[in-house]
Amino acid sequence: MKGIITVIGKDKVGIIGKVCTLLSDQNVNILDISQTILQGYFNMMMVVDLTYTNTDFVEVVDKLSELGKTIEVDIKLQHQDIFDTMHRI
Amino acid sequence: MISRFEVQETNKMIQEENLDIRTITMGINLLDCITDDMDKLCNNIYDKITTKAEKLVLTGEIISKKYGIPIVNKRISVTPIALIGGATKANSYVPIAKALDRAAKTVGINFLGGFSALVHKGCTAADTILINSIPEALDVTERVCASINLGTTRSGINMDAVKRIGEIIKEISLRTADRNSIGCAKFVVFCNAPEDNPFMAGSFHGVGERDVVINVGVSGPGVVKKALESVRGKDFETMCEMIKKTAFQITRAGQMVAKEAAQMLDVPFGIIDLSLAPTPAVGDSIAEIIEEMGIEMIGAPGTTAALAILNDCIKKGGVMASSNVGGLSGAFIPVSEDHAMIRAVEKGALTLEKLEAMTCVCSVGLDMIAIPGATSAATISGIIADEMAIGMINAKTTAVRIIPVEGKDIGEYVEFGGLLGYAPIMAVNPYRCDGFISRGGRIPAPIHSFKN
Repeated sequence: MKGIITVIGKDKVGIIGKVCTLLSDQNVNILDISQTILQGYFNMMMVVDLTYTNTDFVEVVDKLSELGKTIEVDIKLQHQDIFDTMHRI
Repeated sequence: MISRFEVQETNKMIQEENLDIRTITMGINLLDCITDDMDKLCNNIYDKITTKAEKLVLTGEIISKKYGIPIVNKRISVTPIALIGGATKANSYVPIAKALDRAAKTVGINFLGGFSALVHKGCTAADTILINSIPEALDVTERVCASINLGTTRSGINMDAVKRIGEIIKEISLRTADRNSIGCAKFVVFCNAPEDNPFMAGSFHGVGERDVVINVGVSGPGVVKKALESVRGKDFETMCEMIKKTAFQITRAGQMVAKEAAQMLDVPFGIIDLSLAPTPAVGDSIAEIIEEMGIEMIGAPGTTAALAILNDCIKKGGVMASSNVGGLSGAFIPVSEDHAMIRAVEKGALTLEKLEAMTCVCSVGLDMIAIPGATSAATISGIIADEMAIGMINAKTTAVRIIPVEGKDIGEYVEFGGLLGYAPIMAVNPYRCDGFISRGGRIPAPIHSFKN
C-alpha cells in the first residue's frame, strides 16, 4: 500500500529528519522524496510504502499530523488511490 | 508515478476550493419491520437502523482520514414510512418519527430521510395519516426529514394532495414559528422523485432498492468555479470541456470513497450523486460559477442558459467517470445556502419567477426559499403546482422546499443556522389562484407518458 506525504510550512532545521525517524520507527519505507523551498516555505512530497508497517494507516496519519503540530508544519499522509483515481482513467 | 503537480492540484481542490464528499447516505429498507403493533413497529425500526448503521459514522471518519478528503455528512434514508405504518391501526405516525429520531441520535447522524409518502396518483389511508402527521413530526423531532412525491410524468399530478400540502406547509411553519419556521426546511415535495437520492431533505430508500445500500453525494462548486477562471473569455466549447473535466475528477473521488465505504460496511454500493451543492461559505457557491461564466449577477438575462450548460456538463463528466451515477446529479440552487444567491435577491436581480425558470434546467427545483409568513396556503399550493407541472411535462425531477416564515415580511431576514444558511424573505406574486387549487382531482398524465 502506497501513500503520499506532503509537508508544508515555515522552513526550519530538522523537518526531514524528524519525519524520516517517525517513518522508520513505524517500519514505513520511503520510495521517493522531492523538496523545495519557496519564499522561505518548506514544501516536501514523499512517496512511501506502508506494506510492512504493523500500524494502521489511519494511526500513521494521526502520528504524522501530531508531529506536524509539535514542529509547526502541516504534515499530511494520504492513500495514493485518491490521486490515481482523480488523475488517471 | 504520481507527479507533484497532480498531488498539489488535488490538495488545492480540497483545501482551498472546498472539494468534499458531501454525504455518505445509507439506504435502509424497513419493509421487514412491519407489524400491526405500533410499539413493536417502533422497536423493530430502531433496532434495524441502529444495527445496520452502527459503524456508518466511524467508517466515514476513517475514510476521510485515509484519503485526506472531508466527508461532511453521514446520513440515512429509509423506506417511505407511509408504506411501513399502514398495518398499524394508528391515526398518527408521530411515534415512528420519534423512533427514527432516536435511532439517528444513537448512530450519530445529523439527518434521516424517509418520513415520506408517494401519492402521485392518489392517497391511501396510510398516506393521508402520514401527511397529517408531518407538522407534529417535524416539530417534535430534530433530525427527521419528510418528503412527498406529488406527481410523475407517467401519472400526472395529484392536485388534491397539492392543495393539502399547501395547508401542511403553513401548519409546519406555525408549529415551528419560535424557531424561524425551520420545520419547513426539513420538508420537500417532488415531481418524479428519485429513489436513490442521497441528499436531504428529499432522501428516501425506494422500494425497488436492495435491503441496505450505500449512496454517496459529491459536491464541489468551488472547484468548478476555480477551473472556469482559467478559461475566462474563451468560447463555449472550451468552457464546457473544462466543466466536464472537473466533474469527471470530482466524481472519481466520490466513486472511490463510495466503494471503500461499501466494502468496509459490507453493504452493496448503490450510486454516486454528483450534485454541485453550495454551502454558505464564500467560494462554495453555484451563483459564483454562473457569474464566472460572464453573467454580472445571477438572475440577469443569460442565467438560465448558463445554468443549463453547467447542469448538462456536470452530468456528462459524471457519467464518464462512473457507471453508477444516479440520484439527482446536476446543480442545486438553494437560495439560503448560497451567499451569492442571497446577494442577488437583495439587489433585486433574482426573483421567484426567475428561479422558477432556472428550475426547468437545473437538477431539482425551488429550494430553501423564504417567503412572507402571511402567504396563503392556496398560493403555496399554486407555486408547488407550477413546479410539479415543469417536472411532469419535461420528464425531470422537480421539487419545492419553501419556507413561509411566520411573522416576517418582504425585506426581512431569517437565520436557519449551519449548512441551511440565512435568507431574505422574497416577494410572492400577490394575485390569487384559489379557484384553480380548490378544483380538486388530478391533472391527467401528459401525452408523452404513453410510451408503452
